[in-house]
Amino acid sequence: MRAIDFQKGRTPIFNSILLAFLILAPAVLPAFYIYIFSVIFVTAILAMSLNLVVGHGGLYQFHHGVFYGIGAYTLALILTKTDLPPWVGFIAGPVCAALAGWLIGLFCVRLSRLYFGMLQISLGSLIWAVTFRWYALTGGDDGIHGIELPGILSGITRSYYVILIVLSVCLIALYRIYKSPFGITLRAIRDNPERCAAVGINVRRHQLLAIVIATFFAGVAGVFFVVVERSVFPDLMFWVLSLEIMIMCLLGGWFTFSGPILGAAIMVSLRTFAGVYTEYWTLILGVILILLIFFLPEGVMGFIALKLKRRELLLEAKKDI
Amino acid sequence: MEASQVAFLSAIGNHFLVGISRAMILFVVSAGLSFILGVLRVPNLAHGSLYMIGAFVAHGLTTFFGGGSIGFWFALLLSPLVVALISLVAERALFCHLYEREHLMLLLFTFALMLILGDLVKIFWGADYRSVTAPKLLQGSVTVFSSPIPKYNLFLLGMGPIIAVALYLFSNKTRIGKIARAAAADREMVSAIGINVSWVFAFAFILGCSLAGLGGALVSPTVSVTLGMDHDIIIETFLIVTIGGLGNMWGAMVGSLIFGLTQSFGVLFLPQFAIVFPYIAVVIVLIWKPRGMLKSVW
Repeated sequence: MRAIDFQKGRTPIFNSILLAFLILAPAVLPAFYIYIFSVIFVTAILAMSLNLVVGHGGLYQFHHGVFYGIGAYTLALILTKTDLPPWVGFIAGPVCAALAGWLIGLFCVRLSRLYFGMLQISLGSLIWAVTFRWYALTGGDDGIHGIELPGILSGITRSYYVILIVLSVCLIALYRIYKSPFGITLRAIRDNPERCAAVGINVRRHQLLAIVIATFFAGVAGVFFVVVERSVFPDLMFWVLSLEIMIMCLLGGWFTFSGPILGAAIMVSLRTFAGVYTEYWTLILGVILILLIFFLPEGVMGFIALKLKRRELLLEAKKDI
Repeated sequence: MEASQVAFLSAIGNHFLVGISRAMILFVVSAGLSFILGVLRVPNLAHGSLYMIGAFVAHGLTTFFGGGSIGFWFALLLSPLVVALISLVAERALFCHLYEREHLMLLLFTFALMLILGDLVKIFWGADYRSVTAPKLLQGSVTVFSSPIPKYNLFLLGMGPIIAVALYLFSNKTRIGKIARAAAADREMVSAIGINVSWVFAFAFILGCSLAGLGGALVSPTVSVTLGMDHDIIIETFLIVTIGGLGNMWGAMVGSLIFGLTQSFGVLFLPQFAIVFPYIAVVIVLIWKPRGMLKSVW
């Protein structure tokens, strides 16, 4: 019940229409919307990566934003402080994020639930604090701005297409991971760790691998954040951002595949358009979040999946009659 | 002894006292957080916002009473009550329906509460910096270790242990305190013997939150009262509670001392990275003792 099989029914048609729209978008929409779409794509990769560990892995990954920040800072530093070719930065970003994820995860997976989350917050805050204060290297609380990008990514339309391709590749990769034996084992561990350990699954190694994969994708998102915004700042690693990513997953639906994308899209558009009308955008977000927790804990996609399943069962019941 | 050595030793003594007095504020706030974690098992992110509200209310009350000494003492008394009232409303209207949910949902719920309270503070008080003057009795400084220490810091040094002892007596010697501790250990058993656990939870939540308000009022003369206080304190107190042992009040004390002292000695030795030291201390403690220094009630 929990995962939607998005190959069935009308979803392929819907997906093709959506993809066609996104490919044609730069021709018809003004540049501002193309920028917003790019932000949504990057945020979607980030939210999907968090959903792998929290939704499918059941781990309390409280400070996912740090890995996003590490990816972004690695690229920014390689582009601004070294003479290395840019593609090195694009590879080093995700790899560094995954390395940090492995290192932090190594300590965290020994602990259970809330302690896992708290240790991660403290290790993450340590990285945040160093970034925030190390003016000589990271620019401190100002961050680094006006980063020069290689030619292929210059111009908003070109970077839009590159990010769209990256998003598609990430989606396919994550989908494969969810459907793989590893993904199934991960969900089994989430639902019953004791039993999994009893049948001989190495619980911690699976959880650690999930963290490494998720932080790698967070690093990918971070790298392309730099492509979209051309700047980095320590707020990327602040714990508030990490909780906002969690809200995206909650909004879209924890246990669905495409939920986090929808959540990211809703959050980014809300922030952009509510921010125009009011400076109290976090108040609106808070109220939405409370309503969500009370009335729609499954998230939007989870709710839709539930409805579809119910209708399917009804149809089957009618056939039997 | 040479003059430079004397100066160095007095600087160490000075930072030691400043660190401990900072730790006392952290203790008051994190003891409240720890109490809520212990009894309700709720990681309450809104705790920092309540601390901020406590500081703002303290500022409002001292200016209302003309900025004099009486105003401050009233503020110290009334800020926790105002915060208690806010938390009572939040608990009865929203929180009490959610106790059965998993931790992640509760965490996100309190995050929502934090966002809302933060913006409400912005609406009511604006984004200005405010300062509260300490009462006349506590202004100025005295010389300890041949360097001046503000009297207010010494006052904080006294307040911390008083509050710790009061909390200890409350939770170990009074009926309601014992019930709250029992509910922390086994809520089903407590409700089975005919105690209304829902109200015990409400009471524990309000008590913990009012400690955040008290902490905000206590800190108000030493810092500038402004938005963003909530973000800074909440992560610190969370880490303090974790390294101390969830729900353990003395653990909160130990954690606060570690945090306050590492921070203040960080300022002495490497000012630029002073905020990094407490986090390093926390990481070391958690790697060495993953479940906290003292016994957790979980």
